[in-house]
Amino acid sequence: MMQAPSPQHRLYTPDHIDREIIRLTQQGLPLVREPYAAIAAQLNISTSQVIERLQAMTDCGIIRRSGIVPNHYKLGFTANGMSVWNIPDAHINEIGMMVGALEFVSHCYQRPRFLPEWPYNLFAMVHGRSKEEVRDKVTVIAGMLGENNCGHSVLFSTRILKKTGLRIV
Amino acid sequence: MHPVHSQQQLYRLLNDFQHDFPLSPTPYADMAAKLGMSETELLEWLKALQDEGSISRIGAVFRPNRIGASTLAAMAVPETRLQTVADLISSYPSVNHNYKREHHFNLWFVVTAENETRLESILRDMEQRSGLRVLSLPMEKDYHIDLGFPLQLAGNPHA
Repeated sequence: MMQAPSPQHRLYTPDHIDREIIRLTQQGLPLVREPYAAIAAQLNISTSQVIERLQAMTDCGIIRRSGIVPNHYKLGFTANGMSVWNIPDAHINEIGMMVGALEFVSHCYQRPRFLPEWPYNLFAMVHGRSKEEVRDKVTVIAGMLGENNCGHSVLFSTRILKKTGLRIV
Repeated sequence: MHPVHSQQQLYRLLNDFQHDFPLSPTPYADMAAKLGMSETELLEWLKALQDEGSISRIGAVFRPNRIGASTLAAMAVPETRLQTVADLISSYPSVNHNYKREHHFNLWFVVTAENETRLESILRDMEQRSGLRVLSLPMEKDYHIDLGFPLQLAGNPHA
């Protein structure tokens, strides 16, 4: 069974060296034979220290994953639909895990409702090559939820106004 | 001259290496060995893919709200003011995603700050400068185990 991270993990505070490593790598690792050594040299620490700290941040969940970050748009996934769902609070965990496990869902978060204008408490980002493909996938989710779906909507992005790599430090 | 790689190699590269990037002193050499090519060849290929935009970057994807604080924010902006307000929001360095979406709430963006207090003050500043309400919908729980984006959905015949 998937384990959603507990809120306590949010309290983890990396030290200043961790933050420097994040700052130097958040726009991407350098394309050189020894990328961690290149970062280590800038921080005046050893390569193994950089690797150990990245490992520690991965183990505690600060780093979600490491690898190639493809550009979905360039690869033909030009439609992205933010599907939003009103799920009974009593069932949000089981439903969240079920939707989050779908391979066509790239992000699945519980967020607060904002009544009365915003009744939706579950967000699932659905990607596709066309709006129709995204809509079909949203229909699949709706079918899975049955009566636990108290209303949903899908918001298509019509324009990307800004998209930069995450800057967290 | 950049060697020609097959579609199959491209899918394998993009699909299989979105997670578990090696934490060894020579990660690209490890990756190249798995792909059956030389380290130099792989580095040149990755550079070319980055230059043409197929790859955004290589590295860590951070989980929101573990370092600092972040939220997904939404605004319902009158159509006539949309561009002005969108530009205002994009001008904040703490905004890293800003999308126009088809809905009454038509502007959606992610705000990140070093802590909750700073985040709140940025949101208040946005409301003050735009004269519009900002809905703040921070993540309460993450239900997705992120293994990257499965590219076989793109109709990869080899998947």
